[in-house]
Amino acid sequence: MSSENGKRLPETDADGLNFEATELTLGLPGKSRVTPDGGAKLGSKRGFSETVDLRLGDNKDANKLGQSQIDAREAAKSPGSKAQVVGWPPVRGYAKRGKKSCKYVKVAVDGAPYLRKVDLEMYNTYQQLLTSLQDMFSRFTRNFLNEKRIEQVNGIEYATTCEDKDGDWMLVGDVPWQMFVESCKRIRLMKSTEAVGLAPRTPPKCSRTS
Amino acid sequence: MNYFPDEVLEHVFDFITSHKDRNSVSLVCKSWYKIEKYSRQRVFIGNCYSISPERLIARFPGLKSLTLKGKPHFADFNLVPDDWGGFLYPWIKAMARSRIGLEELRLKRMVVSDESLELLSKSFPNFKSLVLVSCEGFTTDGLAAVAANCRLLRELDLQENEVEDHRGHWLSCFPENCTSLVLLNFACLKGEINLASLERLVARSPNLKSLRLNRAVPFDTLQRLLMRAPQLVDLGTGSYVHDPYSEAYNKLKAAIQSCNSIRSLSGFLEVAPRCMSAVYPVCENLTFLNLSYAAGLQSIELTKLIQYCRKLQRLWILDCIGDKGLGVVASTCKELQELRVFPSDPFDAGNAAVTEEGLVLVSAGCPKLNSLLYFCQQMTNAALITVAKNCTNFIRFRLCILDPIKPDPVTNQPLDEGFGAIVRSCKGLKRLSLSGLLTDQVFYYIGMHAKQLEMLSIAFAGDSDKGMLYVLNGCKKLRKLEIRDCPFGDAALLEDMGKYETMRSLWMSSCEVTLGACKTLAKKMPSLNVEIINESEQTEFNLEDRQKVDKMYLYRTVVGHRKDAPEFVWLL
Repeated sequence: MSSENGKRLPETDADGLNFEATELTLGLPGKSRVTPDGGAKLGSKRGFSETVDLRLGDNKDANKLGQSQIDAREAAKSPGSKAQVVGWPPVRGYAKRGKKSCKYVKVAVDGAPYLRKVDLEMYNTYQQLLTSLQDMFSRFTRNFLNEKRIEQVNGIEYATTCEDKDGDWMLVGDVPWQMFVESCKRIRLMKSTEAVGLAPRTPPKCSRTS
Repeated sequence: MNYFPDEVLEHVFDFITSHKDRNSVSLVCKSWYKIEKYSRQRVFIGNCYSISPERLIARFPGLKSLTLKGKPHFADFNLVPDDWGGFLYPWIKAMARSRIGLEELRLKRMVVSDESLELLSKSFPNFKSLVLVSCEGFTTDGLAAVAANCRLLRELDLQENEVEDHRGHWLSCFPENCTSLVLLNFACLKGEINLASLERLVARSPNLKSLRLNRAVPFDTLQRLLMRAPQLVDLGTGSYVHDPYSEAYNKLKAAIQSCNSIRSLSGFLEVAPRCMSAVYPVCENLTFLNLSYAAGLQSIELTKLIQYCRKLQRLWILDCIGDKGLGVVASTCKELQELRVFPSDPFDAGNAAVTEEGLVLVSAGCPKLNSLLYFCQQMTNAALITVAKNCTNFIRFRLCILDPIKPDPVTNQPLDEGFGAIVRSCKGLKRLSLSGLLTDQVFYYIGMHAKQLEMLSIAFAGDSDKGMLYVLNGCKKLRKLEIRDCPFGDAALLEDMGKYETMRSLWMSSCEVTLGACKTLAKKMPSLNVEIINESEQTEFNLEDRQKVDKMYLYRTVVGHRKDAPEFVWLL
């Protein structure tokens, strides 16, 4: 099956999985993967794309349905059926309900040779985010800082900062979590000595936000 | 027959409020027709193209309250292109010109321009109530005109509209001497709100019973609003995010506790789960709870909340509540009549958090259940049969399995028997939406048993024309039939053309119907408008009669072809 008009079909999802190996994937176990471009999700169970398969004439799922069902479905297909089923499921305003599309932001650590990306939608609290940042960068920071392991990423050595829509850099943790998720565009772990001019703040363990 | 003077008859007719009954009254004799005609105040028009504004005004010159519906229902799911139609302006223009004393206007799926809102606001000095549901085409400038000019405004109810937001000043347009507001719902607006104006408005509206805020109204404003309006019966919060250990949060808790009248709660468009305990005090008296936009709440928080809601009659919720959570609903909400479970992940068909188990639990625990909208991952025949046994009172039963042709996962059979059980058991069923793998058999059952059915929605179902024919022949009270992606064709469409005169409308898309058949139908039935929506490059002359049409919408009308159809709509 070829990809039509850039719509996501199963084999491109396989490519997406490879790409994701180098991306941060700190989702909850078992959670289905979001495609990096934030496009429509294709669940791993493929229930939805079974419909897509059938509509495009692929019979590999024929043994799941009776042949007459397949035939009927073939007969029902209008010519030029699209790769995605428009208007299904019949939910009005589905873009407004439920989870927003993923919110990927780049994370830079001062001195690190590469960036990582995190999906802020995967977390519910600052603590979760900071823990995973710590995990992500701890190996690196250990090497960088001559084997010294950092207890808190934004404790003594590093301050976690974020850049908002207006281009201002601020220390992370001052606003309610949801507000942070919406306004944050990039994250930077900068060395505390460089975090001049940013307001002093309480350490993350005392975070007031939910 | 006329032993009473007209005024007496008119007074008697005042007690007859249902549209159907008033229609019957007008058919009795000429003088009853005349009296009813001049005393009729409320008119419902289910399809704005079935009649013209001029005819309406001539027929009911005493009109005060008008309900109008525009686009077909499937427009909600992006199946109808923009600019299809359903314009409000001609109606306002005609009513203004004829000096109709309009007081109430309810619109659904109409295109409402700022010009029409401005004209409305200036033409009807007694205008009191504006309800817009799923409409589009207007901006906050139009709302500003309504706020500024409708001196007696009681209700401004904006439900799920697409509104272009020009930022916040419309609220400031309510004059300082406007104190009549009873209902204000602007939850669907996306932009900023002038919070100070909002507070002042609420402070000077002692009759305000219903207030639904948008996302831009923060937590501390909510607290101040509740202090001003402890008499509220219906509250929709905006943003509900705050630090639960703060002073502001404690103030909100206190404010909510003084709101003894709240029976309906919604909103939580942004939500901090740990703040939900503040609303527990109102839960015990709630009859309606709408958490379908509260994506930030997990199942555990939802169930904690619901455990306090013993008097709940209507619940709208996201599927992240899960089957277990629905079990809590079943054991707590014994008065439940309506349940709507929406998908939080609509495109992830394999991952919906509720299955047939949740529905069975609710049906067992809530015997008064009569209205259902349920998006789920899967359904079984056994579950539907159990539900049918437990709840015989369904009026509305809308099931949406996210994978539209999924069979019963246990038996691998179609869901014909399950839906058959529903229609057999629920003799009062008026509205039904089907999904899952279905053959002609389910339509046989529907035609045989669903004798009160008025609206049927079908997608990806059936094997042949027989399916559609069972429905058309059996469902005597059918008013609206909407079909997509089914193998129904010309034979079914043309078998009983007179049937469509007894219905409001028929929608068929991606079926087997050809252009030729549509033309035949249009020719034989002048009382119907048969419209083809054609989004391809072809013109009417290039498309051959034997080619299938992608989208057909037909409806009965007394005014013939509409004059405002766009290029892509062919009027046959």
